[in-house]
Amino acid sequence: MAVVFEKPKALTDAVLHYCPGCTHGIVHRLVAEVIDELGIEGKTIGIAPVGCSVFAYNYFTCDMVEAAHGRAPAVATGVKRSDPEKIVFTYQGDGDLASIGMCETVHSAARGENITIIFINNAIYGMTGGQMAPTSLPGQVTQTSPYGRNTETQGYPIRVCELLSELDGPAYLERVTVNNVKNVRNAKKAIKKAFRNQLEGKGFSLVEVLSSCPTNWGMTPQQALDWIDEKMIPYYPLGVYRDKDGENNG
Amino acid sequence: MAKLTFKEELCKGCGLCVNACPKKILQLSRERLNQKGHSPVEIIDQEKCIGCAFCATMCPDCVITVEK
Amino acid sequence: MQEKVLMKGNEALAEAAILAGCRHYFGYPITPQTEVAAYMSKKMPKIGGVFLQAESEIAAINMVYGVAATGKRAMTSSSSPGIALKCEGISYLAGSDLPALIVNVQRGGPGLGGIQPSQSDYFLATRGPGHGDFHVLVLAPASVQEMADMTLKGFELAEKYRMPCMLLADGTMGQMMEPVVLPDPVELDKTPKDWAVTGTECKREHHIVNSLYLSPAELEKLNLERFERYKKIEEEECMWEEYMMEDADICIVSCGITARVSRNAILEARKQGIKVGMIRPITLWPFPKKPLLAAADKVKSFVSVELNMGQMKEDIELAIRCKKPVYGCTRVGGMITTVDDILAAIKSAAEKGEE
Repeated sequence: MAVVFEKPKALTDAVLHYCPGCTHGIVHRLVAEVIDELGIEGKTIGIAPVGCSVFAYNYFTCDMVEAAHGRAPAVATGVKRSDPEKIVFTYQGDGDLASIGMCETVHSAARGENITIIFINNAIYGMTGGQMAPTSLPGQVTQTSPYGRNTETQGYPIRVCELLSELDGPAYLERVTVNNVKNVRNAKKAIKKAFRNQLEGKGFSLVEVLSSCPTNWGMTPQQALDWIDEKMIPYYPLGVYRDKDGENNG
Repeated sequence: MAKLTFKEELCKGCGLCVNACPKKILQLSRERLNQKGHSPVEIIDQEKCIGCAFCATMCPDCVITVEK
Repeated sequence: MQEKVLMKGNEALAEAAILAGCRHYFGYPITPQTEVAAYMSKKMPKIGGVFLQAESEIAAINMVYGVAATGKRAMTSSSSPGIALKCEGISYLAGSDLPALIVNVQRGGPGLGGIQPSQSDYFLATRGPGHGDFHVLVLAPASVQEMADMTLKGFELAEKYRMPCMLLADGTMGQMMEPVVLPDPVELDKTPKDWAVTGTECKREHHIVNSLYLSPAELEKLNLERFERYKKIEEEECMWEEYMMEDADICIVSCGITARVSRNAILEARKQGIKVGMIRPITLWPFPKKPLLAAADKVKSFVSVELNMGQMKEDIELAIRCKKPVYGCTRVGGMITTVDDILAAIKSAAEKGEE
């Protein structure tokens, strides 16, 4: 018998601190699988954010830098400009990337910075205990929108892929999710492409992953995955929002 | 013929693997707790496992190794 | 040995940074330091370096953080309001023990303030520019020559002690032109640092550049270790210049442009029979406490000449343990102390004596 599935080598043996059923773990694994498959562990440098995935630096075996809240794309820019031969990725949540770090996100995209961004959109601030995120849905109940997100006073969610797709800079933008086996496989394909793009010098690649937060959504892990189908995907349609490859070929 | 092994101490009992299994041969233990205090996953009928790795694909904690 | 050339302070520091081996500059336009960015944008592409105009001061300092994490020399420059924005990043540099050079060509504040010279970021720079318990090295040049020399020195000290260094110039230093002999180019050691993120090549454990420590005991230990390092710096790296202190009854303490004006005031006062000298701190952190304390036993009083409401005056009082009075001679808002201002302060100090 041969091993057909095991923990990827690019993950350390550290026990993930995420809550039961949190899909951060799946996305970590996918990133690590891609690093393994592309054989780039030794030349990859990851940038960890502030938020639930703040400890990402403990989980990947490659060199890691911890950034200030929202600044990962700027830090990644520095690392990449210092050594363009390295593969540099950031792993950021929605508060980090789409709220406090939106400026860094938009401008690194506009520059077409040759980095890979893995963006976890779970529509909530997890680490601080479930506050409203820039991607929380209209009506969504959170600790800081206890009566549901009121779009009149709290505005509308930000669709990051759509927003960035207005720029000329990005090479690749795709929204995926990991709420079932098929979607996990698609997410891996997207993540792999986002890393391969960097290897091929194609420029800024961002994969937005609709992710679950059972704890702060107040659901069981499975209910949370179903909620992605029922509520999140209708607001955040899956798909490719930019692919310079496709444009060139087509 | 397929075989699953579990790193039981990593299991948080979220049950995503149980739901993903097309053969419905996984369950969360009703008798045991692991060191973390979670009910860990266990296989009811190894014989029926087809090695599809759906369980491992959905596991957020790399608990499951699949051999085939 | 390089030739003597006529250069603007901002350009001399930019060229000196290049000669110091810095190939990564990140900045954002703000008066009165924009020449640094303009100079770098012209030079860096020609020598295989990186000039990047960042989207904000915050992004610029975080790009510096990224390069610093890889173990290479990196810098940014700005002026007071922009430095305030960089403080977050400076704190992270300090917390992650990363070297970097931050140039602050100060202008008047608070708020938008003005664009004329000032020394009003003295507290900001010397107390630890950002949240948390830390220091940065602070160098205060008083000539275009020192703008160049201190740039080189700043990189060296930052690397030696793995901490950020701030070159704290006033707007005058950035804008004025003087003859300068630039430093010889530095050959940098290219060996990867044993803490830097350079890729593991799958041959070593991963390096983590980080400032997060959730264990209070661990975080306390790191802070204590950092302050041990600071203690060593205070003992070994203080720089200052003494001027006519041999027989002085009054000691002026001043840095940057006001130290230069003070020299003229000292000569004028001596013509009028008042024995005045000066101790010019070159490092503002570490502050040259020892020579000041020694002077306190000889002089009757001190006069702190500065372009703020008396921020350095507090450090002088602490350094001399309030043994002698410290009088202030200050102008703010972009106004610069004149020889007459200082002379008046000297005369007033002479009248008051040691009270």
